[in-house]
Parts: sequence; C-alpha cells; structure tokens
Amino acid sequence: MLAIDNYLILSAIMFAIGTVGVLTKRNAIVIFMCIELMLNAVNLTFIAFSRYLGNLDGQVFVFFVMTVAAAEAAVGLALMIALYKNRESIDVEDVNLMKL
Amino acid sequence: MSQLPLLSILTFTPLIGAILLLFVNKNSHGVLRTIAMAVTVVTFVLSLPLVMGYNAAGTDIGGFQFMEKVPWIAAGPFQMNYHLGVDGISLWLVMLTTFIMPIAILSTYTAVEEKVKEYMICLLLLEVGMIGTFVAIDLFLFYIYWEVMLIPMYFMIGIWGGKNRIYAAVKFFIYTMVGSLLMLVALIVLYFKAGGGDFSILRFWDLQLDPATQIWMFLAFALAFAIKVPMFPLHTWLPDAHTEAPTAGSVILAAVMLKCGTYGYVRFAMPLFPDASAQFTPLIATLSVIGIVYASLVAMVQQDVKKLVAYSSVAHLGFVMLGVYALNTQGVTGGMLQMLNHGVSTGALFLIVGFIYERRHTRQISDFGGLAKQMPIFATIFMIVTFSSIGLPGTNGFVGEFLVLMGAFESSLRWYAIIATTGVILSAVYMLWMFQRVMFGELNNPKNQVLKDLNAREIAIMLPLIFLIFFMGVYPRPFIDSMAPSIERLIKQSKGKQQVAALAAPVVAAPEGAAAPALPEGHVAVPALPEGHVAVPAAAPALPEGHVAVPASHESK
Amino acid sequence: MFEYVWLIPLFPLIGVVINGLFGKKIKNETVIGGIAAGAVFGSFLVACGILFQLLSLPGEERHFEKTIFTWISSGNFKADIGFLIDPLSCLMLMVVTGIGFLIHLYSIGYMHGEEGFYRYFTYLNLFTFSMLLLVSGNNMLLMFVGWEGVGLCSYLLIGYYFHKKSAGDAGKKAFVMNRIGDFGFLLGLFTLYWYLGGTHNVWTINFRELASHADLIVPGAITTTVALCFFLGATGKSAQIPLYTWLPDAMEGPTPVSALIHAATMVTAGVYMIARMNFIYIKSPTALLVIACVGAATALFAATIGTAQNDIKRVLAYSTVSQLGYMFLAMGVGAFGAGVFHLMTHAFFKACLFLGSGSVIHAMHHALHHEHSDADPQDMRNMGALKAKMPVTFATFLLATIAIAGIPGFAGFFSKDEILWQAFSNPHHGSANMLLWGAGAVAAGLTAFYMFRLVFMTFFGKTRLSDKAFHHLHESPWVITVPLVCLAFLSVVGGWIGVPKVLGEVLGGMPNYFEHYLEPVFAYSTNYMLHGGHGAEHAHSIAMEWGLMGVSVLIACGGIALAWALYIVAPGFPEKFVSTFPVLHRAVYNKWYIDEIYDFAFVNPCKACGNFLWKGFDVVVVDGIVNGVASVVRGISGLLRHLQTGMVHNYAFSMALGVVVIVGVYLFR
Repeated sequence: MLAIDNYLILSAIMFAIGTVGVLTKRNAIVIFMCIELMLNAVNLTFIAFSRYLGNLDGQVFVFFVMTVAAAEAAVGLALMIALYKNRESIDVEDVNLMKL
Repeated sequence: MSQLPLLSILTFTPLIGAILLLFVNKNSHGVLRTIAMAVTVVTFVLSLPLVMGYNAAGTDIGGFQFMEKVPWIAAGPFQMNYHLGVDGISLWLVMLTTFIMPIAILSTYTAVEEKVKEYMICLLLLEVGMIGTFVAIDLFLFYIYWEVMLIPMYFMIGIWGGKNRIYAAVKFFIYTMVGSLLMLVALIVLYFKAGGGDFSILRFWDLQLDPATQIWMFLAFALAFAIKVPMFPLHTWLPDAHTEAPTAGSVILAAVMLKCGTYGYVRFAMPLFPDASAQFTPLIATLSVIGIVYASLVAMVQQDVKKLVAYSSVAHLGFVMLGVYALNTQGVTGGMLQMLNHGVSTGALFLIVGFIYERRHTRQISDFGGLAKQMPIFATIFMIVTFSSIGLPGTNGFVGEFLVLMGAFESSLRWYAIIATTGVILSAVYMLWMFQRVMFGELNNPKNQVLKDLNAREIAIMLPLIFLIFFMGVYPRPFIDSMAPSIERLIKQSKGKQQVAALAAPVVAAPEGAAAPALPEGHVAVPALPEGHVAVPAAAPALPEGHVAVPASHESK
Repeated sequence: MFEYVWLIPLFPLIGVVINGLFGKKIKNETVIGGIAAGAVFGSFLVACGILFQLLSLPGEERHFEKTIFTWISSGNFKADIGFLIDPLSCLMLMVVTGIGFLIHLYSIGYMHGEEGFYRYFTYLNLFTFSMLLLVSGNNMLLMFVGWEGVGLCSYLLIGYYFHKKSAGDAGKKAFVMNRIGDFGFLLGLFTLYWYLGGTHNVWTINFRELASHADLIVPGAITTTVALCFFLGATGKSAQIPLYTWLPDAMEGPTPVSALIHAATMVTAGVYMIARMNFIYIKSPTALLVIACVGAATALFAATIGTAQNDIKRVLAYSTVSQLGYMFLAMGVGAFGAGVFHLMTHAFFKACLFLGSGSVIHAMHHALHHEHSDADPQDMRNMGALKAKMPVTFATFLLATIAIAGIPGFAGFFSKDEILWQAFSNPHHGSANMLLWGAGAVAAGLTAFYMFRLVFMTFFGKTRLSDKAFHHLHESPWVITVPLVCLAFLSVVGGWIGVPKVLGEVLGGMPNYFEHYLEPVFAYSTNYMLHGGHGAEHAHSIAMEWGLMGVSVLIACGGIALAWALYIVAPGFPEKFVSTFPVLHRAVYNKWYIDEIYDFAFVNPCKACGNFLWKGFDVVVVDGIVNGVASVVRGISGLLRHLQTGMVHNYAFSMALGVVVIVGVYLFR
C-alpha cells in the first residue's frame, strides 16, 4: 500500500496544473476542464485522508463535490453554448462587457 | 373601551390598501385614486375612536392607552415585542397623520399623471410607516417603522420629483440614514445596558444610566432626530427635498415626517437620557434659536416660493425645539401644539404652492404678481394660511408660538426666548413680502391673466385645514387638556431623574475649565461646550425660579 | 345690560361672516353697506346701554367682568375670552362704535362703485371687531389678540388697492413696524408674568387681578423693563418715534380707513394700553420720563414735517403722529386722564378732518376725471377756492381745524391745554418739565400753522384747477356730509365735558365731568402719587395756570396768523423761502430722510445678511461639507474601481495569489 504522501503529492500536482490552466488559458472549455481537474484533485485528497483516518466523512464530501461538479458542468456548458451563439467565440477575453 | 386592536388596525389599513392596489390595472387612474382616497379616509375615520376613547384623566395618568402587546421575535437573549400604545403626545400626531393623508392624496388627483399606481402605493406605505412610528412602544419596532417611512419618501422624491430630484433624494436618504444608523448602535447599547429582556420604552425609561454613557447615547439619538427635525446646521437637505418633492410629498414631509424628529426627542432622547439632555440644553437651545433667526433671514431672500416655505419650516421647528427644551408645562405644551400647527399651516402652504405650480409650472416669485385680482378665493385662502404661519392671534400658529415663548421665558432659557421672539418680526417680514410679491401688484404677466381660480376639489382640500386653523386658534383646549397629563409625566421623567442623578454625581464629565457645579440652576447651567460659541444665559437678577425647581427628592415614578 | 357685553364685538363679527362669505353674491351695495353699518350701530346701542348702566352705579362699583370661556390654560397660565367693563373701556367702546358707525356710513358713499366693495366692508367690520376686543378684553392676551387683529386689518385696508405697489409696500411696512412693537408687547407680558409669578406667586394676566396686586409691583429695574417693553409695543401701534414711519405711508388706504384706523381708533390703542396699565407706569419714573420725552419729541418732530407736505392726507397723517405724541406726553407726565381726554377729542376732530379731506379728494377726483387729467387729486397745489363749491365740507373742516389748533371753546383746546399744564406742573420730571412744556407749546404753534396752511391752500385763494374741472366740482352726497356734521358738532362741544378746574370756577362751578368719570380707573395711581410717590405736588399758582393758558392760545393764534400771512396775504413768500433755504426745505420735505436711514441701517443689512447666510453659509459651507464628503468618497472609489478590471483571469489570479500568500504566511510564520 502506498503511503499517503504519494496521493497528496499527486493531488497537489493535479491542483497546480488545474490552477495554472485556469489562470492562463483563454478557451472557456479548457478553463472549465481545468476547474474539473482541480475539483478532482481535491476529491483525491478527500479520499486519501478518508482512507488514512478511517473516517467516511471525506468520502461523503466527495459525492457532494461530484454533484456540484456535475451541476456546474451542466450550467457552465449551457452558458458557453449561449455565449457561443451570441459571440461566435468562447474565448474569455472577448467577454469583457464589465471591463472598464 | 373596545377590545379591538385599534392601533394595529389603524397601522395596517393603509397596508391592506396598498396590497389591494397591486391588483388594479395600472392604467385605470380613477380607480386607483378612489381606492387610495377611500383607504385613507377609512383610516382617518378609524382614528377618531382614539380621540374619543382616550382618557386623559385615566387611572394611569399620562400613560399609554390602547396598548397591544404580542411576543414577536424571540432570538436567544433578544426579545422583540409587537408593542403598541398611544399617550397624549403621540395621540395627536397619529391624528395629524391620518388627517393629512386624505388631503395629500386628494391633492395628487391632477398633479400626478404618471405611475399613479406606484405613487399611491408609496403614499399608503408611507402612512403605515408614520403611524407605526408614533404608536410603537417597543424601540425595535419603532426603529423598523422609522426606516419604513424613509423608503417610500425616497422614491417619491426620486421618481416624481423635479429636475434635480436624484440629488435631493440621495441627499435626503443619506442624511437620514447616517442618523438612523447611529441611533441603531445606541439602541443596541441601550439594550445591553438594560441587561437584555425586551425593547420596551417603558422599561428603558426606568433605567439609571451613568452620565458618561448617557452623553454618548444621547448624542447618537439626538443626532438622528436633529437631522429629521431638522436643526441647524443639519437642515440643508430639507430645502432641496422640499423643492424637488411632488406636492403631496412636501405636504407629508413637512406636516408629519419632520415631527418624527421632535417626537423622538420628546419620547426618547429626553426621558431616556435626562442628565445628558440637560447638559446639552444650552447647545440645543442655541441651535434652535440660531435656526429660527437664520432660517428666517434666509427665507427672506429666497426666490422660490417652495424653498421659502421650506426655510420657514426650519424656523418653526426651531420654536418647537426651544419649547420642548424649556421643560416646563407651557413650553412643552407650546412645542407640541406648534408641531400640530406647523403640520396644518405648512402643509396648507405647500398645497397652495402646489396649486399655482400646477397652473404655471413655475415657483419663482418673480413670475407671479397680482394674482389676487385673478384668483380671489385663492387669495383669501392663501392669506389665511399665511397669517396662520406668521402666528396671528385667532389662528392656530399663535397659541403654540406664544406658549413656547412664554415657557422658554419662564425657564432658564430666558435670553434665548428673547432672541427667538425676534422670529415674530422676521416671520412677518418674509411671509408678507412673499405674499405681496405673489399676490399683489399689477397683473401684467399674460400667462397669469388667464389663471383659473380654485376649483371645487381644491377648495375641498383646503377647507378642513382652514377650519382647523381657526379652531385650534380659538379653542385649543381639547388639544391642551388631553396632552397635559402626558406632558407632566414627560417633564417629571426628564427632570426628576436628572436631579436625583445630579445629587449622586455632581460633576458630570465636566469638560475643561468653567466648571461651576454649585449653580442653583444646576440642571441647565452647563460649562461651556466645545461648540459653545454662544453665551450661556446669565442668571436673572435676584429672582428665584421657584416654579421651575422641582423638589430635589422627586423620584421619577 | 352688562351681561350682554359680548354682543358688542359679536355684531361686527357677524357682519364679517355675512359680507365675507356672501358679499360677492349679494352685490347690492346698499345691502352690504347696510349690514356692515347696521352691525356697528347695534354695537353702539349696546355700548350706550352699558354706559348708562355704568353711570347709574356709584363710582367704586363701576366695573364688571364677563367671562365667556377659557381660551388657553396650561399649567399655571390661563387666559380667558372675557370682557371687562369699566369707565375706561366703556369710553373706548363708545368712541370706537360711535365714530366707527359714522365712518361706516360715510364709506357707503365714499366707496360707491369701487371694485371689491364687499371686501372693504368685511375688512372694516373685522377691524371694528378687533378693536372692540382690544378695548374690552379683560386680560393682556385678549388685548393682544385685538392688538394684532387691528394690525392685520390695517395691513389689509392699507393694501386695499393692492394692484398699486406703493399700497402693498405701505401695508407690509405697517404690519412689520407693528410687529416690532408686538415684539416689545410680548416681552413685556412675559416679563410681567414671570416677575409677579416668580416673586409673589401671582400668576395672572387679568387686568383687574393685576391691578388688585399693584402693590406687589415695586419700583425697580424690572418694572422699568416691563413698562418700556410695553411702551415699545405702543410706539409701534401708535406711530411714535422710532416706529412712526409707517403711518404717513398708510395713507395709501382709502380715506375713511385713514379716518377710522389711522386717526380715531387703532393708533390710539397704545395710549389706551398705557392708561390701562397706569399702575405699572406710575411705579417707574424712568419709563415715564422716556415716554414723556418720546411723546414730546414726536409731537414736535412730526409737526415740522407736516409744515412742508403738499399731499392733503399726508399733512393730516403727520398731524396725527404729532397729536399722538401729545397723548404720550400726557401719559409720560402721569396725566392719564388728560391723555385719554385728548384721545377722545382728537378722535372727533381728526376723524372729521380726514373725512373732510376725503370729501375733497372725492370731489377733486371726479372733477379731474371729467377732464381726463392725471393730476394728483390729493395734492393741495392743485386745489384752492373750494369753499364756494363745497360749503358743508368747508364749514365742518374749518370747525375741526379750529378745534385742533386749540382755540378756546373748541374740543382740542380743553384737552391740549390740560396736557400742557400737566407737563408743566407734574411732580415727576423736575426741571425737564419746562422742556416738555416748551416742546408741546412749539408743536401747538406748528400745528396751528400747518393746519391753517392746509385750509388756506385748499379752500381759500384762487383755484389752480382748470375752469372746466372747477365747474365739475360739487358737494358730496348726504351719506358723506351727515357724518361730517356730526363729527364737527362733537369737535366743537366735545371738550366741555372736561373743563379744567380754573376755567370751571369762572364759569360758575362747572365740574370736570370727564376727570371724575375716569377717576376709578386711575385711583390707584392718584393715591400712589399722593401718598407713596414723589412727595407733595408742587404748589402752582392759579395765576400761573392762567398765564400758561394764555401763552398757548397766543402761540396757536400766532401760528394761524403766520399761515394767513404766508398763504393768503403773500402767497409768493413760501417759494422765496424755499429757494433761500433749499437744504432745509428738502430735508423737511423728505421727512428728514428717516425712511432712507432705516433702509440703510436695518432693511438692507438684513437682506444682505440673509443673502450671505443663504449663498455663503448654506450653500458653500454646509452643503460644501456635505458634498465635499460625498466627492471624497467618490474620488476614493474612483481609484479603487480600477482594481475591478472585469477580467475573470485577473480575479482568479489574485485569488490564487492570495491563497499562496496566506498559506505561505501560515507555513513560514
């Protein structure tokens, strides 16, 4: 059995990749996928700790996170479709109505 | 009397009316107006049993009657009750509100043509807030109504106002809000000082707060109310708000909402914090007197009729504050009467300004002249109201003003009273000058030559006011008699405690220098305040003030 | 009859209600005028009844109070709506209703065809109501109600021709000047109430109660303050220095109004008030001296202005101011009875003079109107030789003029001479008495001069009208001449009820009925003077009194002779005089520039102050602070909002950065 450190390091790497992706990418879908990556990194941590501590609470939270992620995916994709219909682009740089 | 929850019915009838209006088509103006009118008339009729049923010489002398008390919010240590009641002081203010509302609504029949539905709903909600403010005994409830009152008025100025309405509405809102928030903080402090329980004013009155705390809490409350009154130098929102507000808004603002400020002093600031109140008496009297003279001088040179009337309001409310702070029977009675008088006569003045504004769409004095020839009925009514505002004997204005001045003169505020009496001269100057420029002279503006005299509706609006002007001037006894016990109680509360406390703690957080704790008039002779740029009144030569001094052992309640 | 005293003010009030509400619909002038005059006549009858009942009582019982209801009652303060009947108020009731009725009658003719006829009579009745309240109220506050009420009516009636700017201005000026006086009245009332209440626990403003506690009012600074405050009120209402300037301007009103309000009744309210409160004034020698000086100075000062005016009504107005000065002189020397006596006789002859001038103006107006001339019908320089055309007016006018000039046998002589003698012989002012008498005597001479100047310029000499206009002059109708005749009759015989003692003895022991009648009112003051006052009265010989009487008559005759010499014998002389002393004439003609000085010293600074406070303080300082706070907040938020780029990337980046910083701090702490 692997030590918990390995799970946590993997999770940290996934989270960091996700964060950098969110901050640097312009395509909304890619950003979206990066967010999913971050969420799943967190999930991995939850499960690892759950297992490590022998407490099921962490796994319960994972279900919450997955539900939220699913809802987010649905709403987010719907938004993007709407955006694409309006602007013919899903580049976030183009959506700058609130910019000064 | 009846077991009906009369005050609740009174408060919520307009709310029911407002809900009713939601279901009316917004284009059927006639129906909207009729419903609003009917609701306010019903409210007025419902308020009549209050006057008839109020027993001034009841068992609980000067206490609250028609009490209702229902537990409302119980959140942990907090206990807010839905607690209502009227005494001789609030009774007449409730009556003034219910009386003015139908008049205000009737005046909007032709003045407001856009968004009639929303306008009527605003007016009705405003009435809920105003009645609630006057009948709430629970301080928390009072605060809620106090804020409820603010919002419809904000919209009325902001939506139906004149050219500069947004500025005026925001100014009005922010001014009032600043005060309200300070009051909220003080209210919460007060609550904890009282050691939890409910927010009933009856309980708070019996508190013995230490003077240092009183000062801060008094300042917070007093500032909130001073803005509403408005007292110099916090008055500048008033001319703007009045000038921009639609006629009905101005009428209600002047007639009722300003009274919330003076009512706040009488109901809360003075009896809750008697020591602090006494300590600040010279400051408040100074500001009142400055307000009277200052506002009169400024009113004199106004070119806009409405602005002139607004400044005259500041002067009149200066009289109210002076009378209330004289803290003797005549002074407080005069102050209370002056509140009602101002409601009637200044309300009437704003209606009158509204009438000519509707006809000519201008309020500049220079655009008028010679109207007396063209509009004789209008001229007569205008003149009666003008003289009521000046305070001519036989009209309501005189009784209040006279009692205020007499009360102030007999109290330690003698020198202030003398300066305030010059207001008698100045009010004649600015009102008559305005009247002359509007009504007298040649009728040489062609636009004025085709003006129509008042129609039946407009006369119907003014008649009740004219009647009251004379009735209150010739036979003010019913008003004075029913107020008297409550006023005596107020004076006892605001004075008794302070003398007891003065014995316990002779030096009340004395500011630097000028400490004179052993003056005979201990409750007023206060060392120079930071703002004390006006001299504290000199003690009168060799005259004991036997009638003012309450025996020191007099314990409140 | 006493029980019905409330009817006296009620009748005119009913007149006000009827004419005020329905006058416009009634339209018929006879009905409107009839209602108004009838109401006053009703009051007059009731007043007569009360007078007879009063006279039937012994002197010390001549008083009665009738309370209708309690008006204001708050704490220890109480004011009733109640009436007081005593010789003084009864006399005033008679004067007000009697002369008031005659003037109402006259007005029906004079105001014929005027627009707003009903309005005029409504105001006139309202005035009568207020004046009756003033003189019959049983407490100070009710007196103040009347006091302000007459001020209101004065305002309304002066501004009757409201389309004229000058009329509106004059009305406003009158009201404001009166208000300055009211300021004093109120302060006096407060001080007195507080003084008696605070020191003796006597909380009252009722006249009889005050009088019964008169012993509590001791001489001192406070008593003087009270007396002077009330006197300030009197100077406003009765047009004394320094508040007299409104009265000449008040001539903008219709002439009968000038006769009723600005000659016979309202302006004498101040005199009435001081007489009513004589028990206070007698306690304050300082206040008496001030009153005497102001009275004498006003009498003299106004008389000088009267000599140079050309407007017939203005001459009479200044004459009124001057005569009121006499009354105050009487009050100031403690001769309350003499002052009230002069008040009454003055009401007779001055009402007659004003109504006579009204008759002249009426005729002139029609004559000039026929000719389409826009010459001023009130300017005496347009008149002359009217006596042939208007015999009744002329005769009555002449009689009243002789009365005012102080020719023995006529009403004015008795009262004026009484005042002068008292000024000379009173025990109050010591060596100042000579000056007071001197001022009074010179003013008497000036009075005779300018009044006869008026008569000569108006009725004698050659006409300065065109022939055609002169042809159209005619005598006024009976409603105008009958009151004139009545008043002229009174001005001739009215003085005989108050014959001075020295004269009475010569005439076979004729008593001074008037003094005797008023005795109960002034009994306290008289006793105080005899017992506790300034010691015994100086002994003055009868010869001295005769001598002074002779001197004053001589001065009056001198004045008449001078007027005759200047305006009949050598009519060119006045012009020569004017061109020799242009500065002096201009100063007198322009009323010593008092109005201009007041404008400069009070009115303009007030306006400037108001403007400064508004535009300087309100707008710049207060609103400046408020708006300043608002713009600071806006400025800061303007800077801060640059942080809100609207780019999700930036937000996310700052979030991430924040997380890193927080975690870093947490780890490496």
